[in-house]
Amino acid sequence: MKLFGHKLTVSAAFGMAVIALFVIVSLFTPWLAPFPESANVGGTWDEPSMTMWFGGDQIGRDMLTRMMYGARMTIGVALAITSLSFLIGILSGFVSAVVGSWVDIFFSRLVDVMLSIPGLIFALIILGVFGSSIPVLILTIAVLDSTRVFRLARALGINLTVMEYVEAARLRGEGLWWVITREILPNAWAPLVSEFGLRFCFNFLFIAGLSFLGLGIQPPYADLGGMVRENAAAINFGMMAPIYPATAIALLTVSVNLVVDWMLSIDARPSGAQAEL
Amino acid sequence: MAKLILNRFLLGLLTLFAVSVLIFVCTEILPGDVASAVLGMGATPEALVIFRKELGLDVPAYLRYWNWLVGALHGDLGVALTNKRVIIDEIMPRLGNTLFLAGYAALVAIPLAVGLGILAAINEGKLTDKLANISTLIAISLPEFFIAYLLIIFMAVNVDWFPSLSTVYKGMPFSERVYQTTLPAITLTLLVAAHMLRMTRSSVLAVMSTPYIEMAFLKGARRKRVIVRHALPNAAAPIITVIALNMAYLVVGVVVIEAVFVYPGLGQLMVDAVSKRDVPVIQACGLVFATVFVTLNTLADILVIVVNPRLRHKR
Repeated sequence: MKLFGHKLTVSAAFGMAVIALFVIVSLFTPWLAPFPESANVGGTWDEPSMTMWFGGDQIGRDMLTRMMYGARMTIGVALAITSLSFLIGILSGFVSAVVGSWVDIFFSRLVDVMLSIPGLIFALIILGVFGSSIPVLILTIAVLDSTRVFRLARALGINLTVMEYVEAARLRGEGLWWVITREILPNAWAPLVSEFGLRFCFNFLFIAGLSFLGLGIQPPYADLGGMVRENAAAINFGMMAPIYPATAIALLTVSVNLVVDWMLSIDARPSGAQAEL
Repeated sequence: MAKLILNRFLLGLLTLFAVSVLIFVCTEILPGDVASAVLGMGATPEALVIFRKELGLDVPAYLRYWNWLVGALHGDLGVALTNKRVIIDEIMPRLGNTLFLAGYAALVAIPLAVGLGILAAINEGKLTDKLANISTLIAISLPEFFIAYLLIIFMAVNVDWFPSLSTVYKGMPFSERVYQTTLPAITLTLLVAAHMLRMTRSSVLAVMSTPYIEMAFLKGARRKRVIVRHALPNAAAPIITVIALNMAYLVVGVVVIEAVFVYPGLGQLMVDAVSKRDVPVIQACGLVFATVFVTLNTLADILVIVVNPRLRHKR
């Protein structure tokens, strides 16, 4: 099978199928879910059965229903974070690359300092002061994540600003906005798209991790990381309850990574030089 | 070389200073008024005034920063808001626990990952390499707690080899401590080793595409010898950087892993402080984590300068 003129590997096809499944489920959750979001339909940690495929959660809600709503929430938040992070990162990165001088120095040093602390620690500091609400979460993680996007966008931008056509655009008097959107962005798409996949994975895991710590998305909203936390006690009785939402997280991130890996391998050169990319 | 090392050391100090400013700005200046941010909408004006006084918010920001920094340098990180304990006494034993766990994991992960990474590079494109690629890709994509719970199910519940909770206390015998922390250490190892393996493999392969390696092949040396004798000395620097980078994953991973295994480390303390919104404890934990992190990175960079064969002689 071929896609965009490239041979599709088995792992990439598997990844795409899983991503499609997750997208469909998150878009149509209210119609697809077997039960209402927070209805108690069974006992605590009921065994999986024909009506409740993954059993019940810690207060007897249907695990599958919660997972569908949870996936919708976590994916939605992670997408919002990644989009915002790319907006900030690409804008500041390209502006730094095109304008240069003190703007570049300012952004670059700021990013250096922000990257000198682990992101999770930084996020914990902010959440500790502002409390954990969805807008704060989105903004905090997006700003932290945009540092990575900034580095990539700046590197791409610097390589592109020295091209003749950018020079030509500048000489005929086009403004900064034109140069960025019409000259640089169209030529930087390919690496940015695969980076978007990777950053989405990272943010998805990050938000799930925060929720797992009890500092991310707060109840009553269902979200996959929070569900692992809520059902964690079941593990001591040898029950699989926290494993189901954790598997859903793992399945999506593995799939996105498989697809990104395939996308990167398309550009790669055949020999050992592949490693440099 | 000494000058380079000194420069890097000073840069580390400067970074640490910048980080402390950043932490202070985020916790005390960004929220406008910490007192009303922490107490929330329902706070009475009287409570706000008392709380502001308690936090020392009646003093200008730069003075507060100065006092905080000088205090921190003297080992005085203030007292916790919630239980009035002296923060430094709370942090030190927990920092010890966290470093023990991280060190344990690093001790297993670094030789394992670097060894397997080099092996994958030697066998580039063969089955071993492909197997390593797909399994590390999966390991990277898994959330920390997923691996942790799987291990608990298999190694603590199904087969009763290890405890599912790591309880450590003061004066615990060393062997017992190692036994108790084995499961979290394995989890951390799996997480970090996957990253390290991939990056080691690609830095060895990056060196492999240089002309002098081609020369070694052309004069008839075997692949194994070329990698071990010719490529590795020059790949050492990137591998050290990779190891240092992965200590970051270790520091971050530790926070979640400690929560899973209810391990009394610094990460737990910080997560607790965040959920109780205890600002001085958050500041202190953040500063300690950042210090550990910056120190590790600085050490790695200095090590890179030391092992680089091209920097050994004066020009």
